[in-house]
Amino acid sequence: MELLTIDIAHVLAGALLLTSFMLLYQDRLSGLINIYTLHAVILSLSVAWQAYYQDAPHLYLTAAIAAIFKALIIPFSLRHIIKRLRIHRTVEVVGGVGITMLIGIFLVALSLVVMLPATASADPLSREDIAFALAIVLLGLLMMVTRRNAVSQIIGFMSLENGLVLAAAGANGMPLVVEISVAFSILIAFIVIGIFLFRIRERFDNVDLSELDRVRGGRS
Amino acid sequence: MSSDLFMVSNALVGIPAVAAIAVALEPAYRRSAIINLCASGATFLFALVLFVVEPERGGYLFVDDLNIVFIVLSTFIGFTTSVYSASYIDHEIETGRLTTRNVRFYHAMYQSLMCAMNLALLASNIGLMWVAVEVATLTTVLMVGMYRTPHALEAAWKYFILGSVGIALALFGTILIYMAAEPVLGQGYDAMVWTTLMSQAPQFNPRMLNVAFVFLMLGYGTKVGLAPMHAWLPDAHAEGPTPISAVLSGLLLNVALYAVLRFKMLLTANAAAITPGPLMITLGLASLIMAAFMLYRRGDIKRLFAYSSIEHMGIIAFAFGMGGPLANFAGLLHMTMHSLTKSAIFFSVGHIAQVKGTQRIADIRGLTQSQPALGWSLVAGVVAIIGLPPLGIFMSEFLVVSSTFARQPLLAIPLVFGLLLAFGALLLRLTGMAFGEPSRDQGEVKASMWPVYAHLSLVLLAGIYLPSHVVTWFQNVARLLG
Repeated sequence: MELLTIDIAHVLAGALLLTSFMLLYQDRLSGLINIYTLHAVILSLSVAWQAYYQDAPHLYLTAAIAAIFKALIIPFSLRHIIKRLRIHRTVEVVGGVGITMLIGIFLVALSLVVMLPATASADPLSREDIAFALAIVLLGLLMMVTRRNAVSQIIGFMSLENGLVLAAAGANGMPLVVEISVAFSILIAFIVIGIFLFRIRERFDNVDLSELDRVRGGRS
Repeated sequence: MSSDLFMVSNALVGIPAVAAIAVALEPAYRRSAIINLCASGATFLFALVLFVVEPERGGYLFVDDLNIVFIVLSTFIGFTTSVYSASYIDHEIETGRLTTRNVRFYHAMYQSLMCAMNLALLASNIGLMWVAVEVATLTTVLMVGMYRTPHALEAAWKYFILGSVGIALALFGTILIYMAAEPVLGQGYDAMVWTTLMSQAPQFNPRMLNVAFVFLMLGYGTKVGLAPMHAWLPDAHAEGPTPISAVLSGLLLNVALYAVLRFKMLLTANAAAITPGPLMITLGLASLIMAAFMLYRRGDIKRLFAYSSIEHMGIIAFAFGMGGPLANFAGLLHMTMHSLTKSAIFFSVGHIAQVKGTQRIADIRGLTQSQPALGWSLVAGVVAIIGLPPLGIFMSEFLVVSSTFARQPLLAIPLVFGLLLAFGALLLRLTGMAFGEPSRDQGEVKASMWPVYAHLSLVLLAGIYLPSHVVTWFQNVARLLG
């Protein structure tokens, strides 16, 4: 029974990692938002499973935040934004899908190599979860680096943040997980729901960050 | 006594929080500037009370010798900046660059920032500290983007992305620290509280601490502005309102540095973990030399001094990385002097940019003739920041260099090289701006000069005579830092 519990936790964390890879190669904004929704749902399941396994009721709250805020509200507002800005077009990917995927695989290997020896003495459950979480964080970073579009950069950041929540939930009995996930949600809410996108919209008529690059020209 | 302490440290977080709500509800900008000023002043007075009250531990907040230094410095500069900010904002409203609605928002964010920074410095556990640093980042992002020009938006966006990535890495490091502590201290708050962490650090899994420190150093190091994660810093300084540039350089960088120092102490306490020094020394030297070279090609006055901040944060990180009583003392002194001097420089620069209507160095000439008070303040500030005697920064830089020569002579070569490079660059830019035929003024400004004078006279005083109280106090903290 114990083993099965751990296996389910690992399956969920692994699924989250796979979804991160899907984010990496998806080149349409609406598809990206759908996959992010899936990402958030898996995160929520994973955290709920941790709550059950660790018998930590406060983690159910984190799971609920993930389900309601990240899987419902955020995708909804992002869809609203891309509809308003009329940018359902293809996202350009810097460097090409093949190379990005290879770098992604390399990053996963790297995080396993770094984390597994360091956590040798830890609980078998949190041990592999933290390695998966680091991989998700690094893939999120990779996505932020390879994308030029503000919406996909935000999605990259949010997938990175999901990895952090997974790590925090996996750390046995860590306090403040709820507070941390709330703080992150506020951060994302501030940025996503409006201010930046609409202000950028005011000035540039679209959210492509290469427009911002053009502004930089001629400045020291 | 402990009830007194709770009152004081709670007040340090509570006053700005209440004031933030008050100014958010206050539509008249002059009145909200006064509330802003009074709240910052009151916070500073409460910070001074910490000297009298015996430091005790418990609850979510705690006070020890290390964070008193940071708290007093940061509330003092928070107070003087609010004085400066009042006259700066007046001018921005008159010229129509900001609306009263913007200013209301600005004041609310200013107090939220003060609240978040005090909370980060006083937090007794690593999770709360992280949340506070995150809130501080968020408030400054919003203030940097306040002018809503394309450049300001770009700066705010860049700051948001890089700052959030830094913050995210720091959280990962924080979780790892918890996981390292959990087998020893058991589940729950104890494994996140500084005091218990420090006392049990020798038993933690060293490999886990090593990995954690790399993430914490890169994460909080981004917020310190260390190269190569510094890219957000010049833009954020140049495009936001100038009081915010002063607060960023004078305070927020220090808060992030404080976090790094705490974790450094944790690693030093564990004999089997890596020594954190070399990593800090490398990042510090890289920042110093990179920034010193970049200083030569700046065309924007605020950007120039932003790079100078990177340079000085590099020196400070270097000094703390060297460790030992003397280098730590030098690092603390340098941090204090840099905060005072750099915010004084930004105070003058803000008014200069208002008078000249531009931030382009090429368009600013002969300030000492056309605006004697502002011009000579800038000269005094720059003379202080490049480290000429008899000012305080000369003292601290001299201590950094001499302690390096005594222990690692080879490291002193790049250090002195970087210092000289920066010296030349700033002197070169200063002569153009301060002397020669004056350029045309675009408008008049009612400058409030006393924050500048107050900061610079403190720096001068520290250079000539450092009171023995301060010396013993800093020596204690330096010993604590290991």
